[in-house]
Order: sequence, then structure tokens, then C-alpha cells
Amino acid sequence: MQKVVIDIQKCKSCGLCIEVCPKNILNFSSKYNEAGYNYVECIDDDSCIVCKSCAIVCPDLVFTLYKPDKQEVKNG
Amino acid sequence: MAEKVLMKGNEAIAEAAVRAGLTGYFGYPITPQNEITAYMSARMIELGRAFVQAESEVAAINMVYGAASTGKRCMTTSSSPGIALMQECISYMCGAEVPAVIVNITRGGPGLGNIGPSQCDYNQATRGGGNGDYDMIVYAPHTVQEAVDLTYRSFDVSEKYRNPVLILGDGALGQMAETVILPDFKEKEKSDEGWELTGAKGRAARSIKSMRLAEGKLLEHNLHLEKKSKLMRENEVEYSYEEGTYDILVVAFGTAARVAKTALKNVKEYGYNVGLFRPITIYPFPYEKLRQAASQSEKILVVEMNRGQMLFDVQLSIQNDKKIDFLGKPGGQTFAPEEIENKIFSCLK
Amino acid sequence: MTVAFKKPESLLDAKTIYCPGCGHGVIHRLVGESLDELSLREKTVGIAPVGCAVLLYDYFNTDIIEAPHGRAPALATGIKRVRSDLTVFSYQGDGDLASIGMGEIMHAAGRGENITIIFVNNANYGMTGGQMAPTTLPGQITTTTPKGRNTAINGFPFKMAELIASLDAPVFSARVKITDPKSINKAKKMIKYAFTLQKENKGFSFVEILSACPTNWGKTPSEAVKWVGDAMERYYPLGIFKDIGGDK
Repeated sequence: MQKVVIDIQKCKSCGLCIEVCPKNILNFSSKYNEAGYNYVECIDDDSCIVCKSCAIVCPDLVFTLYKPDKQEVKNG
Repeated sequence: MAEKVLMKGNEAIAEAAVRAGLTGYFGYPITPQNEITAYMSARMIELGRAFVQAESEVAAINMVYGAASTGKRCMTTSSSPGIALMQECISYMCGAEVPAVIVNITRGGPGLGNIGPSQCDYNQATRGGGNGDYDMIVYAPHTVQEAVDLTYRSFDVSEKYRNPVLILGDGALGQMAETVILPDFKEKEKSDEGWELTGAKGRAARSIKSMRLAEGKLLEHNLHLEKKSKLMRENEVEYSYEEGTYDILVVAFGTAARVAKTALKNVKEYGYNVGLFRPITIYPFPYEKLRQAASQSEKILVVEMNRGQMLFDVQLSIQNDKKIDFLGKPGGQTFAPEEIENKIFSCLK
Repeated sequence: MTVAFKKPESLLDAKTIYCPGCGHGVIHRLVGESLDELSLREKTVGIAPVGCAVLLYDYFNTDIIEAPHGRAPALATGIKRVRSDLTVFSYQGDGDLASIGMGEIMHAAGRGENITIIFVNNANYGMTGGQMAPTTLPGQITTTTPKGRNTAINGFPFKMAELIASLDAPVFSARVKITDPKSINKAKKMIKYAFTLQKENKGFSFVEILSACPTNWGKTPSEAVKWVGDAMERYYPLGIFKDIGGDK
């Protein structure tokens, strides 16, 4: 299951999340949403450390984030 | 129990509102209605209800708008220039369909005018002083007792239509003391009709707004408001008129009608056949009844403490200007009965 | 997997009309999370301003009333006085609160109404297309100060958080910014604290939030956020200007 879930229709491609991501795993998609924005996408979910920086700066509540339980981490 | 007391008009209006279940009063000082605010400052607090002396009339009516949006009975009172300042919010309240009662103890205008009794706010009251298409039921009492009865009832009427109701008095009515029978204490019957803002517990969140941006929504809403106004016009018209065939039918409201009553009594003693038509609601105006009454009478004399504002409604109603005469007094002062008597005599010639 | 971040219940699942990079969305979330965490959603009435946030009722999952321009603190007063059990907040921009509504905000604060004011300062009138606001910085270009705000003609900006703090009645007045995760989390703390004070019947709480308006500033979202932390913060220092919540 993904850690980073993006509601692409809400994204306005402001790019603020891309700038704050410490892992540099967010990028603009080459595709556009219904509103005409080239929305953000996560290019490497595995590398996400769920620091929540993207969700905190996002003005459009685009992100829902999931944290693996300890058991899941152990089992890799 | 109903009780009989001697009270100033302003204080009687205040007590009537309290007895109607008023929960929040918000006011700002202006003569000649200061007794209402002063009365409320003690009475509301004593009863554990809300009283705020606001920083302006603008704030006072907006406090009413907020407080009334919770479904509580709320009121503000002021006088002409103060009511002018409230027009923006009154328009919002009509658009957002929030009921409340507003009292205008009119003084002389335009501008600061004077503090004397006047009927110069007829147009402002009946045509809506604010922006947009809207109407308010406007009651024009001519005695302290009538002011008490109408104030008491006006809360029910405003809730029935989810629309503010205006009581249009003047400095004379506010300042005079008369014996009145005060009504019993009551509370609002229904507590939730599905629109009140009370916190979204166990239901979807609600909103109260006047803005309607989506295509066609404002048209739809204004047609809905017009439907309500139509119901007001059908159901809420009130007047006082004794059926008869008169040489002269005087048309007057409020304090002017009160003085006209004395004048007509005196003129009748000379054997003349004269009558009075007194609108109690000036919106909705009793067009049809007046038209019918006027058809029974030779001449119509409109008497107002202004330059002739209700006169236009009388003209609209009767559609025969030749038949209509006018006596006005736009000085922020009442008539002496003789002034009206003399005018009647000159009309009779 | 457990949810680490999601939309608060106090907000509706809605697309907003705000421009890309506008700070309103973040501030909505901080208010929504605060209401959630304090279990206040079901007893809250919010007041929408005239300005970009006028459609608050489309975004908040709480009861909302729309105020005439600048009058939100008067509505809040009315609501709170007849329903002291409700949590009441106004959400206002700088033109709404510090220009046309200056009377209402100062007097609600002066009376010490037990309400919370969320004041969004983005140094211009956003909805009407970027005119000079009472908070526009000296030299700042707007549609009505095409050569920059000239203080000889237009006077100086109002520092609202300090003004409110100078009054006797308010219990809390602070200024925060929302430029980066750290400052946003701090802003959240202040907003939640303001609502906590109201919940505990402590009195009037005021939070001014420095926020970006990329579109009207003619900047990219990234540049605009940087300008908040740079030019705006230099003129409008961050901090708590008054907090007597613990003493009341």
C-alpha cells in the first residue's frame, strides 16, 4: 500500500510541496487534471519517510499520508 | 397575567418585546428612542438575557443578524439616521432570510434634521433603504397600546416569513405616556425549523448567506423572496376604517392619524360627514381596500408629517389625482388638530 | 498502515476557488484541525468575511454565516451573547478587518468578547484584484499604488496584532506566518491555543497570519512565500504580543 496518496483533481500545481520534500520524490506530472493543472506526483513512494512536510505546506489538502506499522516495517 | 400600567411609548415597546420572548437586544444611543436602550440595559440583564450597547448602529444591526441566525428572538431600535446606517445589514438579513424586529422612532430629516416627531422615513421603510429587491412588513402604530400589541406580534410575523419586520413610530409616540395593557410573557414556540445555526451536531452543517454566485441561483432565490412578499401582500394587510360614504375621507397613519382623529371628531360636530382610513401596515399597503373606500367618498385628504410620501401609495391606489388633496408638515413636528380641521373645511368648500 | 495525515473532519472534501499557492487553504486546515482536536466541530459557528474567503461555508463542515463587509466581529458578538455554549470564530482578511471593519474588530476586542478571530494578512485586497490594503507595505505595488505605497499619500500600515494587544480586555494576540512546515506547525499551535482559550471561557483571542497572495503580488507561489518570510516579516514581527490566558 502506498504511503503517499494524492488527490490529483485538487492539485493546483503550486509546487510548494516539491520544494519542501527532503527526499526529492515529488515532481510535476506530465499529465493534466480536469482543472488544467499538471498535478504533482510521487515518483518514489518507497523512499518516503512520512515527514508530512508536503501535506503541511499544501494549500489544497491534496495529500493523505499513511505510515507503515512497526510490524510492517520489520517484515519489510 | 395581563397588567395595566402607565408607560412611555418607548418603554412600553421595550417591555412588549421582552414579553414576546426577546433574547437579545442590541442598540446604540440616538434621540428620540434612548428610553428603549436604557430600559433594556436594566431589564434584559435582570432577566439573564443579552444586552449590548454597540459601538454604532451598523454594529448593532449586525449583532442582531448574528444573534438571530441562531433562531433566538432579537431586536434593535434606533431613529432615522441610525436606521439609514442599518440598511446594508437589513438588505443582507432579507437576502439571507433571518427574522428580527427593528424599531424606527423617526425624527426629522434629512440629515441630522431635528429630534422632533416625523414621518419622513416612509419611503425608506416601505421601499427598502438598502440594495436589492426586498420587502419588509412595516407596522405603523398610532397609540402606545397599538405599539405594544404590534411589537408583541411582530416577532411571530417575522419568523413566519423569515424576514425582518419594522415598527415605524415617531418621537411623539415614543415620548408620550399612556395607560397600556401589557401582554403575558411568552417564549418562541418552535426551537428549530431547519435553518438556524446551532452547531452541526447530528446533522449536516448549515449556512446562512445572501450571496448566490452560481448561474441562475440568484434569480431562483429572488423569485422565492417575491413569493414570500406576495404572501405578505395577501395575508398581512391591516388597516382601520369604518365603512361609510364620506364627503371627505382622510388617509393618515401613525401620529398624523392620531391627530386627525381629534380633528375629525371636531369637524363632525359641525355636522359634516367625514371619515378616516388608517393603514396599520404601510407595507403591505392596503391598496384594494383604500380604492374601494375612496370610491364611496367625494374627496380624499392625505395627511402626513412629511412632504408627501404615502401620498404616492394613495395615488397608486385611487388612480384619480383630481380627487386627492394633501396636507403635509415636514418640520419634525406634529399637527395641531386645528391645522387639519382648517384643511378639511377648505376642502369642503 | 495507519493514517499519518488526512483532511480534518471540520473541513468538507471540496476544491477551493483559491489561486495556486494561496495561504487560505493552509489556514483553513489549521482551523479545522484545531476544532477537531478540541472536539468543537459540532458546536461551532464560523463567520465568513467579504473577500476571497466568502465561500467559507463551501469549505467548512461547521455552521457558517456570511457577514457584510467588515462586520464579522459584530455578528460574532451577537451569536456568542445569545448562545455562549457555541464556539464562535470570525475568519477575516486585511481589508475586511483592518479597513472597513476596524470599528467592529476594535470594539469586539475592547469588550473582551469570548470569541476567536482568525486574521489573514496578505497585504492587499485579493478578491477585488489586488488593491492597497491597510496592511500593504510601504513601497509595495498594488493596482491602486502603481508606483508603490507612498506613505506621504497613503500613510502607514496597521499592525493589528500589536493594536489588539494594547487593549485591556483581550487575553491573547499573536502574529504567525505560514511559510514552511515549522512555521505552519507553530501557527497551528497558536490557533489551537486561541480556540482553547475560548473553550475555557477566557475571553477574546486574536491570531494574525501572514499569508501569501502570489497572483496579486505577481509572484510565483515559491517567490510569494519567500516574500512573506522576508519583506512582510520584517515589517510585521512574529510573536505573542499578549497572553494573559493563564491569569484569567
